Amino acid sequence: MSSTTLSDVHKQIMWNRLISVVEEQAVTLIRTAFSTSVRESGDLSAGVFNRAGLMIAQAVTGTPGHVNAMAEAVGHFINDIGRDNIFEGDVYITNDPWKGTGHLHDFTVVSPSFRDGALVGFFACTAHVVDVGGRGFGPDANEVYEEGIFVPIMKFATRGTVNQDLVNILRNNVREAHQVVGDVYSLAACNEIGHRRLMDMMDEFVLCDLEGLADFIFKRSYDATIEAIAALPRGQYDNVMRVDGYAEPIDIAVHLDVHADHIICDFAGTSPPSPKGINCPLIYSAAYACYALKCSVAPEIPNNHYSLLPFKVKAPEDCILNVKRPAPVSVRHVLGHLVPDAVLGAVHKMLPGQVPAEGAGALWNLHVSCRPLRGVKDGQRAEVLLFNSGGAGARPTLDGLSATAFPSGVHSMSIEATEHVGPVIFWRKELRDGSGGAGEFRGGLGQVVEIAPTAGHEIYFNAMFDRVAYPPRGREGGEDGAPGVVRLDDGTVLAAKGRQHVPEGRRLVLELPGGGGYGPASARGAEADARDRAFEYVLND
Amino acid sequence: MTTDGKQVRVGVDIGGTFTDIAMEIGSDLHSTKLLTDYSYPENAIVKGIETVCEAAGVPLSAIDLVIHGTTLATNALIERRGARTALITTKGFRDVIEMRTESRFEQYDLNIVLPAPLVSRDDRFVLDERIGPDGAVLKPLDDAEVDALCDRIIAKGFESVAIGLIHSYLNDSHERRVRDRLLAKAPGMAVSISAEVSPQMREFQRFNTVCANAFVKPLIASYLNRLVSRLKDAGTDCPVFMIHSGGGIISVESAIEFPVRLLESGPAGGAIFAADVATSYGIDQVVSYDMGGTTAKICLIEGQVPKTSKTFEVARTWRFKKGSGMPISIPVIEMVEIGAGGGSIASVDNMRQIRVGPHSAGSEPGPACYGRGGDQPTVTDADLLLGRLDPDAFAGGKMKLDRAASEAALTRELSDRLGIDSTTAAFGIGEMVDENMSNAARMHAVENGKELGDFTMIAFGGAAPLHASRLCEKLAIDTLLIPQGAGVGSAIGFLRAPFGFESVRSAYSRLSAFDADAINATIRDLAAEATGFARRGTPDGALDLECTAYMRYVGQGWEVPVPIEVRDYAQADGKGFRALFDDCYERFFGRVIEGLDVEIVSWSLRASSRVPTPIKVSRTERQRAAPVAGTRKLFDAAQNRFNDAHVVERHVMQPGDWVAGPAVITERETSTIVTASRDAILQADGCLLIAAKA
Repeated sequence: MSSTTLSDVHKQIMWNRLISVVEEQAVTLIRTAFSTSVRESGDLSAGVFNRAGLMIAQAVTGTPGHVNAMAEAVGHFINDIGRDNIFEGDVYITNDPWKGTGHLHDFTVVSPSFRDGALVGFFACTAHVVDVGGRGFGPDANEVYEEGIFVPIMKFATRGTVNQDLVNILRNNVREAHQVVGDVYSLAACNEIGHRRLMDMMDEFVLCDLEGLADFIFKRSYDATIEAIAALPRGQYDNVMRVDGYAEPIDIAVHLDVHADHIICDFAGTSPPSPKGINCPLIYSAAYACYALKCSVAPEIPNNHYSLLPFKVKAPEDCILNVKRPAPVSVRHVLGHLVPDAVLGAVHKMLPGQVPAEGAGALWNLHVSCRPLRGVKDGQRAEVLLFNSGGAGARPTLDGLSATAFPSGVHSMSIEATEHVGPVIFWRKELRDGSGGAGEFRGGLGQVVEIAPTAGHEIYFNAMFDRVAYPPRGREGGEDGAPGVVRLDDGTVLAAKGRQHVPEGRRLVLELPGGGGYGPASARGAEADARDRAFEYVLND
Repeated sequence: MTTDGKQVRVGVDIGGTFTDIAMEIGSDLHSTKLLTDYSYPENAIVKGIETVCEAAGVPLSAIDLVIHGTTLATNALIERRGARTALITTKGFRDVIEMRTESRFEQYDLNIVLPAPLVSRDDRFVLDERIGPDGAVLKPLDDAEVDALCDRIIAKGFESVAIGLIHSYLNDSHERRVRDRLLAKAPGMAVSISAEVSPQMREFQRFNTVCANAFVKPLIASYLNRLVSRLKDAGTDCPVFMIHSGGGIISVESAIEFPVRLLESGPAGGAIFAADVATSYGIDQVVSYDMGGTTAKICLIEGQVPKTSKTFEVARTWRFKKGSGMPISIPVIEMVEIGAGGGSIASVDNMRQIRVGPHSAGSEPGPACYGRGGDQPTVTDADLLLGRLDPDAFAGGKMKLDRAASEAALTRELSDRLGIDSTTAAFGIGEMVDENMSNAARMHAVENGKELGDFTMIAFGGAAPLHASRLCEKLAIDTLLIPQGAGVGSAIGFLRAPFGFESVRSAYSRLSAFDADAINATIRDLAAEATGFARRGTPDGALDLECTAYMRYVGQGWEVPVPIEVRDYAQADGKGFRALFDDCYERFFGRVIEGLDVEIVSWSLRASSRVPTPIKVSRTERQRAAPVAGTRKLFDAAQNRFNDAHVVERHVMQPGDWVAGPAVITERETSTIVTASRDAILQADGCLLIAAKA
């Protein structure tokens, strides 16, 4: 056998191993994290990079929102730290929304990996921490300064010695200091796990650097991505999707320009920034745009610098998907989660019959602050976080998924476990009958959640809900999904964004949007229709 | 009963393809393998027992004990062949088992299909009642509403009913009352309640578990009753016991009541088999590796006890991917199972990479070399081309393997597409499947805070001996044991299992508010329940009690299992619990976190009879060179070339005989590959010990 072909097979095996190395890194993080959104919803990412800072492999576990951010982060670190200032045992850190993953709650930690005294690459990981000080997690800040502590790219450890000044500053600027500092150490530890596994792998395969392997991975991924893009019908495809926004509606405008070897996704025409924290730094918008494109064009190609390279995302400077410092960005996920549906709308024009209708998109995260009523002894103060998902859009050949997150990768939490966290009772969490958009294929059902403070308590919650004024649209004649509703059980209608109150004795009722339908309802099969009625997925008249 | 004063015990394992019988008379082992009879599984059992009895020259009436494990319950869930089942649940929570975790198990696939709930929406009914998170009744149960619902359920003709109410693991009074009123109206109805089947917090897992129990209950009851009477008719006069998911033995009556506990009992037997070998050799850290035709299973065994878990996932619908199946929360021997077996099919993906599995050619049509109609390249075909299998001596020479067919399949599906020769393609398949298994093993270890480098591997199952040496190279494991009788390992494992039962319960408390009385009460309740089940199999004799508290820092989502001594605790013992937790946490994750409170989330307690300690085997060092029957071209993956390997027949080896790798040690059912970096020495008990060369 020829040595070149054998070494190709070897490199394939090492590529697999490298993905396993970063997967171990991610799993370690999930097991040790305090942040609910890390352990329950995989709000994290982990990756390994070559000497130049280009991402070679990324853990499969993690959220799509971090994909591009992760890929570009290490480049920023190398720039800001300085190539000749990188030493064995160093650990770097930041939560810069524009150089990390879009808001202050995400800390990114990068560690250089040395072998026999020579730099061979970097490990990086990102996780959402419990708190960063400021106003707390919510959309109400006017500038990023109000949203919490901002740690620019700096050394968390120099040659193995932790920067205690930084730890001290961090500890004194966040709520739940032990947990936040614990999570930062966990991030550093999981890079260390990645490094150890990489050294084992390099021993086993007798490698002295990663460059040859990286080149192989880059070439294979790039070629496969280009091949998928070359098969697309070239041209320009537009879509505009209107969503609720904070105070006024927001248009997400997408212009796809499909070339032989790359796709440009331009958000020109998208609404200007919001005065509140639903704005996205471009890096975060780009991640979700790429996610939608990858899902529809090249879903099986692992993420790395070169598999992402052919997808180029841009947006004008004055747009809500490309805000600059000091715009507030805390809950950038609301808009970010809606980006894929806007992009898929343009993809549909290029590849009819292949992508789903619009869905609920943004999660209905419910962050509840429970307080005892004045004068109540033995009352309990607690912060309760719960993820809820509406209906996903119908697919061209399948009904939409009911109460299932898309594009986010979250897992919901157990109601029983949540009721142990704070003085709240959930009276209902079930599918919302009749909320899926009708069609040949029906949109996924939303859900209804009813939550009340226990006796002697009241609750405040930060609403960050969308698709109340503008429900998910159907495709190809499919009907729209039901819009969301935020109210009290006595009928009082509440706002979909911002901090609000639920008094003792009342229930907060959330009716989550359903997904849009696909194809005309008249084309739905009799069997599917009968099942929908028997299961009460549709309202029986 | 007994023969020549020796106990006669039979282990029976029904798997997807084969029914394995292992009969032990004293220390003599007789075994056989038959094809599983899907319609009447008991037929193959009786036939198999008759076969081994004949071989051993004992009548069926001499059998003292039959211990049985079966995949019947697992298959019923996978194939959705079960009873027409209704679920009664709390108003507002009708869709818990359908909404699952509101997540997609595969991020980039826009067309995934989630597994349908076991009980469809029209068969799920609600009652307007509610227990709170402290166990207090927030909304009382209305008997008139219950009775009206029971009438509806009876009128609709359900065969089995599951009852799962919110927070019933804290207060089971509502679930019990619904059951009592239902049974009063329909005395013969099969009813399962979640507070008994799985008293653990987390409604999706608990409700799904009680539904699964209800779903398979009539089927399992009818099968076990048939089996017991068939065995009697055939002339046995002995009790039949069942092996459960946690690796203990329970009575047939308990199994009929809680059939969900039979899930994955076959693989549990394999882990016990490995644990028994570990005990013989006095090895504390073992990873067991079982590879068959379709999947590979990996289990960690520490201190000679297989690692257990309180929850697992069955019936995965998509590439064995986490989240694509259904959760079952019962005590179980924890394993990772991946789609990697001898029949796993290789293909080329759109990045021109070789992929192996998870699809398997199984035994029908089988690998290309079987000549039974299979034309896809499999792991077995690659093993043949790399010299790991002898085409003329497969299955004791009963079946001739077709090398040309393997070569054609690899050439067509891989070589032509990648521009590589068939040897390179075979190397790629072998390495890729070994990588898949070693990556899964490493990931499992990291989830448990372990480093596999310090472990010993014990390998069994038809395909494991072919791949185990290479796996050890990849995992930096020095020592590998391949026991005798590895082909029927699970059935032998059944004979090594204790009578025992593990009870679990969610019971939340914080160490800052340590309540010794509450903790004592929990431990006492669990001990009474677990002991009760164990006593149904072993009325007297000592029982060992092992208790575990699942603890974490307040705010974390994963718990660390902390072994707790079974005794009465005093109020001052809170500090001791903290110290135990800190110790465990540090061993798991390398450091403790100061300043945070610690909470206990749940408890488990296992009661088990003492099994006879296996005879200690001390490691036999090399004494003489094993007789060499010939040489064969064998590819060595680490050296990346073919070598001339010695071929040794295992049955002529004597304890102390050794052979240096590269070598092949052949036996009727399989071959053991000794890679160039290792030596093999036959041990006193017939195990092959394969160790890294010094």
